[in-house]
Amino acid sequence: MGILLIVLYIFLTIGIIFNCLGSIGLLRFPDVYTRLHASTKNTTFGSIFTCLAVIIFSFYQLHLTQDSKFLVLALHTFIALVCLLVTNPTGAHAISRAAHRSGVMPKQAVIDQLKEAKLK
Amino acid sequence: MIDFFITFILSLIAYLFLTASAGEIAGLWSIFEVVLGIVLSVIVSFMATRVLFQKRSYRMLNPARWIIFLIYLIGPFFWAMIKANIDVAYRVITGKINPGIVKISPELKTDLGITLLANSITLTPGTLSVDIDEETNDLYIHWINVTTLKPTTADICGTFPQWVRRIAE
Repeated sequence: MGILLIVLYIFLTIGIIFNCLGSIGLLRFPDVYTRLHASTKNTTFGSIFTCLAVIIFSFYQLHLTQDSKFLVLALHTFIALVCLLVTNPTGAHAISRAAHRSGVMPKQAVIDQLKEAKLK
Repeated sequence: MIDFFITFILSLIAYLFLTASAGEIAGLWSIFEVVLGIVLSVIVSFMATRVLFQKRSYRMLNPARWIIFLIYLIGPFFWAMIKANIDVAYRVITGKINPGIVKISPELKTDLGITLLANSITLTPGTLSVDIDEETNDLYIHWINVTTLKPTTADICGTFPQWVRRIAE
C-alpha cells in the first residue's frame, strides 16, 4: 500500500497544482482566447490526474474489501473522465467561435487571418 | 436495419456500464436492470439511429481503428498534453504571450476526422481552434505564441493529421 498511497498523493498534487494554475491563468491573461487556453488545457489535465487518483483508490479498496460499490465508483469516474475529455475542448471551441462572431477580437494580436477571411 | 442494431448495442453497453453494481448476472447486474436496459435501448435506438448514421459510413466499426485511436490517446496525444500544460503554466507565471489567429489546411475530408483534429489541437501546446471553413475544411487556430506569420500544418499540430487520417479516414 505504501507505494500506491505515494502515487495517489502525487497524482492528487499534480491535479490540484494544474487546476490551480488554470484558475490563476483565468485572472492573469488579457482576453477571452488566452483565458480559454488556460482554463481548457490546465483544468482538463488536472482533472485527468484527480480522476486517476480516484480510480487507483477505488481499485485498492476493491482489492481490500471485495465490495462492488468501489468498482462502481471506478467505472463512474472513468465515464466522467471520458466526458470531460470530449466536452471540454468542444465547449472551448464553441465559446471562442461565438466570441469571434460577436466581434470580440484577440488583444495584442500580431495576426488575425479569420478577420481577414471574413472581410473578403 | 444494421444501423438500428449497432445503435442498440452501443446504447445497451452504455447503460450497462452506468448501472453496474451487485446482482445475479456476472455479479454485476440484476435481471431487472438488464431487461430495463434492453427496453430503453430499443427506445433510444428508434430516436438516435438517424443522428448516429447521418452519412451511412461504417468505417469506424473496424476494431483496428479503435486500437490505433487508443495508441494515439496514450502515446503522442498525452505527451503533447504534458508539454502543453507545462507551456501554459510557464505563460501563466511569466505572462509572456504573443497571440494571433492563423489558418491551416490539414486536408482532412471527413467530419469525424476534422472534429478529432480540432479537439486534439485545443488540448495541445499553445493552440485553440476557433473556427472552421466548412467548404475547404480549413481550421482557424488561435496561437498563443506566434513565431511565423505563415505557418505550415506541421508547425501547429506536428504529426496529428497523419494519426487522424489513420484513425478516421
